[in-house]
Amino acid sequence: MFRKFAAVGLVAVSALSVTTTASHAQDFKPSSPECLAPSAPGGGWDFICRTTAQYLREMGLIDGTMQVTNMTGAGGGVAYAHVAKERTDAGNVIVAASNGTTSRLAQGAFPNSTPEDVDWLATFGAEYGAIGVAADSKFETLEDLMNAVKEDPRSVAFSGGSAVGGYDHIKPLLLGKAAGVEDVRQMKYVAFSGGGEAVTALLSDSVQALSGDLSEIRGFVDSGDVKILAVLSPERLKAYPDIPTAIEQGYDVVGPNWRGYYIPKDAPEEARKFWEDSIRAMTENEEFQKMLEGAGIEPFEHFGEDMDQFIASNIAEIEEISREIGIIQ
Amino acid sequence: MEILSSLGDGFAVALTFQNLLLALVGAFLGTLMGALPGLGPANGVAILIPIAFSLGLGPTSSLILLTAVYYGCMYGGRISSILLNIPGDEPAMMTCLDGYPMALQGKAGQALTLSGIASFVGSFFATWGLVLLAPQLVKIALLFGPAEYFVLFTVAFATLGGVSSTNQAKSAFAAMLGLGIAMIGVDTQTGVQRFTFDEPHLFDGIDFLIAIVGLFALSEVLVFLEHHKGGAAAKSGRDVAVGKLMPDWPTLVSTRWTMVRATVIGFIAGVLPGAGASLGSFLSYSVEKQVVDPHSKTFGKGDPRGVVAPEVGNNAAAGGALVPMLSLGVPGSGTTAVLLAVLLSLNITPGPLLFANNPDVVWGLIAALFIANIMLLLLNIPMVSLFVRVLMVPTRILMPVVAMISFVGIYSITGSTFDMMLMVGFGVVGWVLRKLDVPLVPVILGILLGNQMEVNLRRAMTISDGDWTVLVGSPLAIALWAIAIIGFTLPIIMGRRLKSKIEASRPSEEIAAGD
Repeated sequence: MFRKFAAVGLVAVSALSVTTTASHAQDFKPSSPECLAPSAPGGGWDFICRTTAQYLREMGLIDGTMQVTNMTGAGGGVAYAHVAKERTDAGNVIVAASNGTTSRLAQGAFPNSTPEDVDWLATFGAEYGAIGVAADSKFETLEDLMNAVKEDPRSVAFSGGSAVGGYDHIKPLLLGKAAGVEDVRQMKYVAFSGGGEAVTALLSDSVQALSGDLSEIRGFVDSGDVKILAVLSPERLKAYPDIPTAIEQGYDVVGPNWRGYYIPKDAPEEARKFWEDSIRAMTENEEFQKMLEGAGIEPFEHFGEDMDQFIASNIAEIEEISREIGIIQ
Repeated sequence: MEILSSLGDGFAVALTFQNLLLALVGAFLGTLMGALPGLGPANGVAILIPIAFSLGLGPTSSLILLTAVYYGCMYGGRISSILLNIPGDEPAMMTCLDGYPMALQGKAGQALTLSGIASFVGSFFATWGLVLLAPQLVKIALLFGPAEYFVLFTVAFATLGGVSSTNQAKSAFAAMLGLGIAMIGVDTQTGVQRFTFDEPHLFDGIDFLIAIVGLFALSEVLVFLEHHKGGAAAKSGRDVAVGKLMPDWPTLVSTRWTMVRATVIGFIAGVLPGAGASLGSFLSYSVEKQVVDPHSKTFGKGDPRGVVAPEVGNNAAAGGALVPMLSLGVPGSGTTAVLLAVLLSLNITPGPLLFANNPDVVWGLIAALFIANIMLLLLNIPMVSLFVRVLMVPTRILMPVVAMISFVGIYSITGSTFDMMLMVGFGVVGWVLRKLDVPLVPVILGILLGNQMEVNLRRAMTISDGDWTVLVGSPLAIALWAIAIIGFTLPIIMGRRLKSKIEASRPSEEIAAGD
């Protein structure tokens, strides 16, 4: 697959001089485009940056190549503070972001940083959360599971790939709230480092249920080891039409782990416009859409004002639940 | 039979010109990175990821390149361990213990050849283990719950005292220091910050790569500077002669059981998620020492078996670590965690179905490992002098290069100047610890395993609602406790009874100082 992209890339690059003026006639072009990944090479944010760099180059939206820079620390906090306070260059940089970014902002885990410190650019996709149990579990539906939790919140342990307070933790809590669990703080969540370990814990019967992103567990779903009780998407997913959503089972919970970007606050208006148009063009690209589908990422697009609203509600939701479970005092 | 035909298909994938070339390039770069102190498998692979992606290589080809680097590092690490007494990468630290004394005795060439053969044996059988075991692994890994993992790490620390130091107390102090450093950062089980002093750079904890590079590579530079200033430059000139390459036949034969034991131990250590090659080489060495030389008569003074055991162990662990990574999506070591990320970004989901869904990727990769392993043997024995020459560069040139690579390597991964300062700090700490004759290996083990150990204990407690009996709740856990207790008490009991003998056979100052 990548070889094909490379071929496309070669064609695109060789045709670059011809297509630049034709495809996107604009006044602004970043002089040295850069995507900042707040994680180490190989992490989720790094993937966003490398994919974006690849498509923007191949589609001829930027001149030359886009540099991917990694800046680790504080779960993205170091990069966030850097962009908020030190980046004043003229619209060259975009920064990869996801639910992890807004979760930490909502919980005040980025010291001296607020969501208003940067300009939220866009989202292009999301992985939806899923709640799974072992194939031989006594729980057949989400209702079975949530009833057990309601009766005795300590009887069901959820494993997940994020730290306490992270999104894998918040998803079952949102479900617990929707199910009317009196004190969601009683619910048991065991943090593992990554979805793979969380699934292993489920399969070794260490825990009773699993909260994760569908892409992390689909290998085990296809092999029949893990049964998904609900996917936290607005509608059933194309790839898994048999798995019901939480909403249709009566729990009004949606859990998109979105992927997107932010840019520095003081970036010029035309730079913002350029990046927005470029990302939009990328999401409309057929090859890009196919790649997303293969990676288990659903289209999830927010731009402009819509993006600002989405981020505000995303942060408000996480803040509320974090306050309830005592992560924020 | 089915496995053999799958493997045949795999060779068809691997034996293309491009893939062979990639395996060769990977093996060469891997050996070089492994040999150069500061660059290890995890950062070696990490550095090459962008290259693999920007070359537009397919999933199989990318994996072949990166795993060849991984295997190569396991080979290369021994070269600087033996010649310079600096582990080229973290799993090679145990090789220093007997490799460097052998080099001091003028048997560097033999040590290199022996360890090269050992590396080959370890990798070769571990790759077979991967072939046979990976499809079945799901069940074995599932025996280990959080409680069992905790006990497993306890075993590692309980057996620590017998290794790497003549002074148990100093060894324990070093392990505590490592465990303390592992505490730094956000606690994943509660989200509370520990020892971060509101410094955002510390929120994620201290990357063990930074600690390793600082403690081993930079402290080496400081030691060199110190001696140079003190007019002892001749002593720090480490241009050890390689000597003859081929070991005597009897020496080689005498290590055959060592190879068998170390392969098994290393492979199992690799298969267990979170343990990795360092634990493999460490356990292989300590078990070997317990078995053949419980009274420290020859180990630590250039015993060939002390060179063979850790090298077999870390290479077998490298192969073993691929098993859970491919079949469960759980990385067995730091480097396989990086490889896992590569797989995911190449749109391949590791898991029980990987072997069914992407047989070309899996079997192509396994075949490539066999090929890379043979290439590595050829690169590492007849051509070992090529790599040695890199290390034979006079110290006054090599040390600045070591410092430079340390800084560039760390910066390329973290992109943070803070981490470089931290690394310098670790360099100074490492230098002080060396002065005090405190071994560095337990510090690293503490940093490496401390988090996993604590986190698994806390997971077990959460799941059991605070019931401590869960720690002895399964036959596997009880068996592991027994091993831990025996491993801890045996050296003490034996030590008391044979105190005078041990005193007599204590390694000379020069050797002890180098951990």
